[in-house]
Amino acid sequence: MSEAGEPRPVIEIEKLEKIYSQGEIVHRALRGVSLTINSGEFVGIIGPSGSGKSTLMNAIGCLDTPTRGSYRLAGHDVSGLDADARALVRNRFLGFVFQGFNLLARTSALENVELPLVYRGISQRERHLRAARALALVGLIDRLHNTPAQLSGGQQQRVAIARALVTDPQVLLADEPTGNLDSKTTEDILSLMQLLNRERGLTIVMVTHDPEVARCASRLITVRDGLIERDERVANPRQAVRPVQTEGHAP
Amino acid sequence: MMMFWMAVRLALRSLVRNKVRAMLTVLGILMGVASVVASSAIGAGAKERIESQFASLGVNVLMVWPGASATGGARGAAGSASGLTEDDALALSREVPSLSASAPILSASTQVVSGSRNWSTRVYGSTLDYFRVRAWRTSDGGLFTDADVRTSAKVCVIGETVRRELFGDESALGRTMRVGRMPCTVLGVMESKGQSGFGQDQDDLVIVPLSTFRTRVSHRPGREIGFVMASARDPALMSRAEEGITRLLRQRHRLSGTDESDFTVRNMADVIKSFDEQRAAISLLLLVVASISLLVGGIGVMNIMLVSVTERTREIGIRLSIGARSRDILAQFLIEAVVLASVGGVAGLALGIGASLIVGMTTSWTVKVQPETAILAVAVAGGIGVIFGFFPARRAAKMDPITALRHE
Ligand SMILES: Nc1ncnc2c1ncn2[C@@H]1O[C@H](COP(=O)(O)OP(=O)(O)O)[C@@H](O)[C@H]1O
Ligand SMILES: [Mg+2]
Repeated sequence: MSEAGEPRPVIEIEKLEKIYSQGEIVHRALRGVSLTINSGEFVGIIGPSGSGKSTLMNAIGCLDTPTRGSYRLAGHDVSGLDADARALVRNRFLGFVFQGFNLLARTSALENVELPLVYRGISQRERHLRAARALALVGLIDRLHNTPAQLSGGQQQRVAIARALVTDPQVLLADEPTGNLDSKTTEDILSLMQLLNRERGLTIVMVTHDPEVARCASRLITVRDGLIERDERVANPRQAVRPVQTEGHAP
Repeated sequence: MMMFWMAVRLALRSLVRNKVRAMLTVLGILMGVASVVASSAIGAGAKERIESQFASLGVNVLMVWPGASATGGARGAAGSASGLTEDDALALSREVPSLSASAPILSASTQVVSGSRNWSTRVYGSTLDYFRVRAWRTSDGGLFTDADVRTSAKVCVIGETVRRELFGDESALGRTMRVGRMPCTVLGVMESKGQSGFGQDQDDLVIVPLSTFRTRVSHRPGREIGFVMASARDPALMSRAEEGITRLLRQRHRLSGTDESDFTVRNMADVIKSFDEQRAAISLLLLVVASISLLVGGIGVMNIMLVSVTERTREIGIRLSIGARSRDILAQFLIEAVVLASVGGVAGLALGIGASLIVGMTTSWTVKVQPETAILAVAVAGGIGVIFGFFPARRAAKMDPITALRHE
């Protein structure tokens, strides 16, 4: 986990642009975004649909290459990397949580969480150990062998969080993590993220279009038409309501 | 290496999940490999059989059948309209210097009886040259003599099988048995030759003097015979012996330059060669069938892998997002294709061996499963997996993570 001590810049983006061109049509999804995120921050990115939130997230997540601009991740310039190098960066430095959970079907929670470690060439024994620890962290130690179909939406998203955390990433990137969840489960996942941020100093960047969800972050960035419209500190982040019936995750 | 076994496990798991689909996919490969294995087993068996036939008849043996070569394979049985006579055979041994012996032969299927036991076998009428040509000795007793041949004596020599069937544990020498309706005395028992390459029991026979056969077994006087069996002095003299036989017989049968011969001379080498050619043709045919099956199987593998790649686009996106490189994805799908094809190959190998063994048990053919073709066939199946799996695997590996993740 990231050190909770001195804040240091983890994400440094300057004048980032992303232009999609489909034949004649040119769409500037990002039009010069500059942004620095320090370790230990919980950043919410909000904005209307189509404003470029996901595009920004994909650029931060090294899933995509920006058209112009520079991007330093944990001090390394990652803006010009090829596909294999970006895969390595994703594996070493980043953890993803998606709206649709994106777990492998018919595969146990444990195996899903182990997956990033497989591509690191870590032995099966250690994979098991670390995956089980990550699942314990999100309160699913008694669900190791359940497949996604045997888990609720909230539980699936926790498995996804465990998978993102198993590699000890610099940043957890969550694109609409509560988009598919009901309000009660949303609170559950948000409280888990707040807990991880507070207790373990995990740096989190979360995209959402729901202001209620966004208010749980400690810093709020509003995106509009491919530009950052506002970037503000949240004086009093809303504490997500911990469900009464917790599933026993770490205090 | 670890990734490799992971991929194999993953591939096996997805095969088990889609059992029926996998089975249908690999059917072509299965049939292809099975036919390669079975054809090579049957082919190798036939080769061995022919070689043992070669050894049992002797490399220097020539056969002369009545009739032109188009019908030359038909063995003239006793009494068939024949252009060959006893005198032809005698002339051959006298006047063709490269021949060491030449035996006129008549034969017929018959019933032999001793006391309460009877047995159906084949009886041959010939001269002492018969034993010379076949280089065959008795294991017990002796042969008939020239005098027996001259006087149509009621004597015979029997093969080991006939001895066993008629006399069991008792000695056959000097005993009287009936050949057809003729009673005769057993003079000797031939050394056992066992099965011929064609699955014939070579010890299941009775040999009587030629004149005895004519007057007391077939009751057909005259000079005609079924065929001649002759031996060259040396295997190196075979072609010269063949020429000598042809020249002399054409002259004796008064054939002029352009007339077709009314007899056929064949040596064992020719017989073996023609068998070999047939075998090669059948092998080629099976190889073509196998190649087509394997091609169809390969296309099936490619098709199913393309379907699988499309179905699992999201999985590919997930793997890419958590750090799989494109070569990891390539390897995963390539290994899956190879595993799929190899499963077909192994199943085909089992089917091919099974089919060969069944053929071996239900027919007189010899089958020999060739370990090297078995290994080759499975390797070829794996190779097909690589070749036909490459295109789908590359398609998977080239996917863009974002697009793949968005795939429904
Ligand atoms: N692959 C693409 N090709 C073309 N246009 C795209 C592509 N991805 C996104 N866009 C466009 O870029 C804009 C921003 O999209 P996105 O970042 O997904 O918005 P948000 O996540 O804020 O809803 C949208 O107008 C979208 O249509
Ligand atoms: Mg979006």
